[in-house]
Amino acid sequence: MSSLRGRLFAILVVTTSLIWLAATAWIYLGTKNELERVLDTRLQEAARMVASLVQDDRSSQAAIAGTPQFNAVETAGYERQLSCQIWSLGGRLVAASTTAPAERLSAHGSGFHDSVINGEAWRVYAIEDAAKGVRVLVGDRLGLRERLVQDLVLGLVAPTLLMLPLFAGLIWLSVGRGLAPLRQIARDLQSRPADDLSPVGANAVREIRPLTDALNGLFRRLDLARRHEREITAFAAHELRTPLAGIRTQAQIAKAAGNDAIRLSALDRIVQGVDRTARLISQLLALARLDAAAASSDRQRIRVGPLLREIDGERKWPELTVEIDPALDDLVLSGQAENLRLALRNLHENACGHSPAGGQVRWFRIAETALAVEDDGPGIPAEEVALVTQRFYRGRSAKTAGTGLGLSIVETALARLGASLSLENRTPAAGLRATITLPAGHP
Amino acid sequence: MRVLIVEDDPLLADGLAVGLRLHGMNAELVGSCGDARHALAAGAFDAMVLDIMLPDGSGLDLLRDLRTQGERCPILLLTALDQTRDRIVGLDRGADDYLGKPFDLDELAARLRSIGRRGEGRAAPAIMAVGLVLDPERHAVARDGTTIDVTRREFAVLRALAERPGVIRSRAQLEERLYGWQEDVESNAIEVHIHNLRQKLGRELIETVRGLGYRLKDVS
Repeated sequence: MSSLRGRLFAILVVTTSLIWLAATAWIYLGTKNELERVLDTRLQEAARMVASLVQDDRSSQAAIAGTPQFNAVETAGYERQLSCQIWSLGGRLVAASTTAPAERLSAHGSGFHDSVINGEAWRVYAIEDAAKGVRVLVGDRLGLRERLVQDLVLGLVAPTLLMLPLFAGLIWLSVGRGLAPLRQIARDLQSRPADDLSPVGANAVREIRPLTDALNGLFRRLDLARRHEREITAFAAHELRTPLAGIRTQAQIAKAAGNDAIRLSALDRIVQGVDRTARLISQLLALARLDAAAASSDRQRIRVGPLLREIDGERKWPELTVEIDPALDDLVLSGQAENLRLALRNLHENACGHSPAGGQVRWFRIAETALAVEDDGPGIPAEEVALVTQRFYRGRSAKTAGTGLGLSIVETALARLGASLSLENRTPAAGLRATITLPAGHP
Repeated sequence: MRVLIVEDDPLLADGLAVGLRLHGMNAELVGSCGDARHALAAGAFDAMVLDIMLPDGSGLDLLRDLRTQGERCPILLLTALDQTRDRIVGLDRGADDYLGKPFDLDELAARLRSIGRRGEGRAAPAIMAVGLVLDPERHAVARDGTTIDVTRREFAVLRALAERPGVIRSRAQLEERLYGWQEDVESNAIEVHIHNLRQKLGRELIETVRGLGYRLKDVS
């Protein structure tokens, strides 16, 4: 059943009906027992009464000869309830009530007996009076007893059955009322615009609080992600438009300049600007790809040493020496090769780009699961170390025109591999050391 | 016209400085909010070009601080952000104009001239004083309908004097209007420009106030 209200309604109606049914069965059985006890007592009393009225066999014969039968009091609906027979011990019928059958009610001695006469079940009480020479039998039909119980129970059940629709209606309404907070939240959610991520159900009842809490948590995360995305887009717009504005301005200068030195310098700067914009776009795309590819199953085992030599071979830095520790050949990482290449290439280009002419860039293994790169560059001012991995952050003192994305790419790519990046200035020597720590327990 | 450029991107900053100089403006360049404060404290500017995203903070915050401190320099915001909200915030915090990146250099120069003359309390583009008409856009000087040819620097000196006829401008004030921080100024440069202007416009137009500086004199 897809409706909560319908489901609750069905459950409530069925359970209530079952409880009623059980109660009715209990009342039926209880009433029946009690009634049987009362009626049995009545039988007993009636038999004793009749027995006490009988003088003895002989006198009773005379008495009965005059009035051979006595009338039972007739009651509406339950007429001819009790039947009475008086037998002599010799086996002769002395007297009988009008309602009594012709057959002997019971052949047994004193006490209660059940017997069947003419296909009818009877309950009989017998008193044998040896002194008077008579046996008094009083009995009633079990069918009548059954009817009495049934009538009683029916009297109880009938109004209940009549009330059932009313009761069902009340359940339906109550369930509806009980579910009102849920409906309210559903209405809230339905009516809000798609970009409304404000919290829902501020005063929700306790039972749906986990639901609204979870929803609000989701909203918060979504809002954060969206704001983050907007920020990135705004930054990207700024970062792309600024070099474009620069290129355009320089182009206008080249057009308007009367002197060749200014024109050539402007043209040079246009080339620089275009290069920088191209680099920025490829970095942005790399970052977008990293952001999009959350989890990839495309895992490989990568040897760090050979990969580093490959990266070093891609772009030559003429006035630098690059040293790659042979111990890195044994360092193996499993993950997406592209991520590791992206991280290592950016770190390598950073190290090379910031090293002065004649400087040295060293890649080496630190421990079982860590490697580092050191350069002879200026390092990062202490107050900026925490900021440089932010997207589009460019150091104030930076002379080279970076995109401000490199270290952010390194950090994101390493995070995808389960590795982490830490940056520190070398002491006492100048330069930066970037350390990559691979996930613990890595082979 | 002396313009302060607050822009951290080296390519654009260089383009602005060179481009505005081509438009006859004297452009000074800083790359951060902090440097911009120092520059404004050190000298007067006729206009300021302010980028929003700067390495040590937001240009919008700098703008608010400057206006709170009573800075009156006309300010043009350079925005790369698409959102109208930023422009509104910028204008409401005291910017006089804005341009979105990328922009046209000529338009930037025209807008700077525009907010610059408003800053001087003029509506008309031309500066009129003692029978001279100065056209800041074309660096042209005219008297009685005839154009008088002057160089860019001569125009700047004449303009500084013509903005407040009768008020004395010191040699240092005139040098500040004429040259950037990095430029070496020859000790007699101003005297040479004044000499040339007197030859072109008449000896008695520019008066030397001994020990104080120069001023324009109404001779008509």
